[in-house]
Amino acid sequence: MATGEVAVLGVGMHPWGKWGRNFVEYGVKAARDALDDAGVDWKDVGFVAGGETIRNGYPGYVAGASIAAALGFNGAHVGSSYGACASGCQAISMARAQILAGVTDVALVVGADTTPKGFFAPTGGDRTDDPDWLRFRLLGATNPVYFGLYARRRMELYGDTVEDFANVKVKNSQCGAQNPNARYPKAFGIDDVLSSPMVSDPLRLLQICATSDGGAAMVLTSMDYARKHATNPVRLRGVSTVTPQYPNTNIEMPDFATDSAFAVPQPDVGYRDSIALRAYEQAGLGPEDMSMAEVYDLSSALELDWVEAIGVCEPGDAAKLLRAGDLSLGGRIPVNPSGGLGAFGEAIPAQAIAQVCELVWQIRGEAKGRQIENAKAGVTANMGLFGHGSSVVVTA
Amino acid sequence: MPKTRTLAIEGWFQDAPTPALIGTQCTSCQSIFFPPERTFCRNPGCVNDQFNDRPLSTTGKLWSYTTNNYQPPAPYVSPKEDYEPFAVAAVELEEEKMIVLGQVPDQVSIEQLEAGMEMELVVDTLFEDDDNEYVVWKWRPA
Repeated sequence: MATGEVAVLGVGMHPWGKWGRNFVEYGVKAARDALDDAGVDWKDVGFVAGGETIRNGYPGYVAGASIAAALGFNGAHVGSSYGACASGCQAISMARAQILAGVTDVALVVGADTTPKGFFAPTGGDRTDDPDWLRFRLLGATNPVYFGLYARRRMELYGDTVEDFANVKVKNSQCGAQNPNARYPKAFGIDDVLSSPMVSDPLRLLQICATSDGGAAMVLTSMDYARKHATNPVRLRGVSTVTPQYPNTNIEMPDFATDSAFAVPQPDVGYRDSIALRAYEQAGLGPEDMSMAEVYDLSSALELDWVEAIGVCEPGDAAKLLRAGDLSLGGRIPVNPSGGLGAFGEAIPAQAIAQVCELVWQIRGEAKGRQIENAKAGVTANMGLFGHGSSVVVTA
Repeated sequence: MPKTRTLAIEGWFQDAPTPALIGTQCTSCQSIFFPPERTFCRNPGCVNDQFNDRPLSTTGKLWSYTTNNYQPPAPYVSPKEDYEPFAVAAVELEEEKMIVLGQVPDQVSIEQLEAGMEMELVVDTLFEDDDNEYVVWKWRPA
């Protein structure tokens, strides 16, 4: 049964880069753009949902309220959520629930971050009960180590090549070059990618997403409110924030091991596959209804895993689609038309929101230079450390 | 004075002469856990809180592997003054039906690794300080 739907009346971003300013600035800029885009007065916002960063003492100065304060407190209800890379989706989920519960007609969702240079690393101190700390200490397992393991596995299992992985980056960078909000608006060639320094074999620097400053925001409203303010508003049809089902037999960041399937058999649907599936179910739609996807390309190779996980093709076939041009602009189902994380870098609380912003621009025909013809519906997929699924389905 | 050989983490593995990862097994549903779970059974169909230690298989098949060409950030500590890249292995344990990560000893280069090959558990230096040689489990070709 399809769930209730809400409208995405407006979207906005602060360009992504390495600006070195307070995250609240990015969040406020993105929020004001989203409010302008929606034609909604800030005073009419009844709920503010903030995705949190954890790099500022208190989690993101408790993001929802910090951004509401900067916009000028208006008495709205507030919520702040942390789900690592899925934080933005948690904020979307909260906002949708408040609207469907009838608490308010208008909600503002904001995520913004300021990131340090280099590898993401755990917070300091001797924290020997924290798996995220221990994986650096005992394994030296950076995030790219996990990406490298996944990429090598695809090569061994499916025959994917380093050229395939490089061509994902080439494809996405062509879109990123047309995106004014992207951090790296540059089209790379395959030689650029394959001559960049090796980070975690077989992945090279240009195939691994950077860390970025940036912000993204959206205005969600009830369908009744939206119809009074816009013709054909984009509809938010599904939001998935699922956890894994025990035993999860895929090796996930920041874990040392998978669950064991010794006593309990692995579930019929694996974790990654379940994430978009639950959003499709809410929407009453399937992958065959999607005209595009924004997926979690922490590495170029990982994009191919997600293409399969969102049901576009069978496991192992994503590289064939890539080679046939099916995942490019003009292809059967363009993937990461924004340029993806490869062009943006990670601004953790913003990235799941930014994925939805791109789908909205595409559906409205406003993705200049990277527009997908006849874009009617799209899906996002993302995942946060420790078991935070993230997927959103939007349609015209 | 010789340095004290010290486990880099207590209760997760046992040192030579019989190196092994120490998993735990739920006394009710028999689920196996590594890192060792000693508080609550994480099988959603089980509410038990009693476990026995269970050394895990010391060999398995190489599921995948990669390298760390750049020095990881703290709390990683490089065993050498000049950082040297090392490999990380994901090894599938047939009996336990799980995959466990581990560093690969620095004598083994990535060219020597191939998915599906048999790997064995060893205990090797993680890093040293003035008084201690900290050791951890690693995977090397069997």
